[in-house]
Amino acid sequence: MTNATRRDALGLGAGLAAFLSFRPARATTAAMSEAIRDFAGTVKRQEGGITLDLPPLVENGNVVPLTVSVDSPMTAESFVKRIALFAEKNPQPHIGTYHLNPRSGRASVSSRIRLADSQAITAIAEMSDGSFRQTSAEVIVTLAACVEG
Amino acid sequence: MARTLINVPASAKRGEVIEIKTLIQHPMETGFRPGANGRILARDIITKFACTYNGEEVFAAELFPATAANPFLAFTTVASESGTFRFTWTGDNGFKQTETATISVT
Repeated sequence: MTNATRRDALGLGAGLAAFLSFRPARATTAAMSEAIRDFAGTVKRQEGGITLDLPPLVENGNVVPLTVSVDSPMTAESFVKRIALFAEKNPQPHIGTYHLNPRSGRASVSSRIRLADSQAITAIAEMSDGSFRQTSAEVIVTLAACVEG
Repeated sequence: MARTLINVPASAKRGEVIEIKTLIQHPMETGFRPGANGRILARDIITKFACTYNGEEVFAAELFPATAANPFLAFTTVASESGTFRFTWTGDNGFKQTETATISVT
């Protein structure tokens, strides 16, 4: 009897651990999921093949430089159509959408954005064959944008 | 007219991938921020940017309040022929500005 309970407890523990590890790394807010659905629909997005380059520690959330680039030959057969950026803790998660075409030569875009809080930034690229690639980067923001005064 | 900074190489070899950097003076008021009187300031942002190369679009961007003030965008294109780049920014309250730059391709 004691043995069975112990086994049950262990089984439950293992199940819980499995559940926790299969959960996404962070909870995505409803607004964020909606913004991503608007951009990418419900197509499965593969991780990798896209790089989001931004400083891990940002002093001023009003101006955060970033570069996003995608591994793509950028030929007429295979190119990146669109790249979108999302930040889940911003009042409006969608940061921007960049439209590219084979004449871009390289799939690389730089810009400066605002961040309201320390958070994960997600970049999603739509390829010409209809597939999507995704990556995220964590940023710590010391002085947030949208602070009063 | 807002001030702009546009960086396009004056000349390039045919087929070379060139980087274009653009910056325009604009407050990009988010619409989430209270002003001096405590009221939320109305949104005033640039919503669209497009770059055409001899009339054909090579890059476009949709911008949202999360783009920093004085929007900066850097992108690349293949130098295919001598000609003109035309940059257009469109935004709230009827904002529209067009700038041009030329390149000679050898």
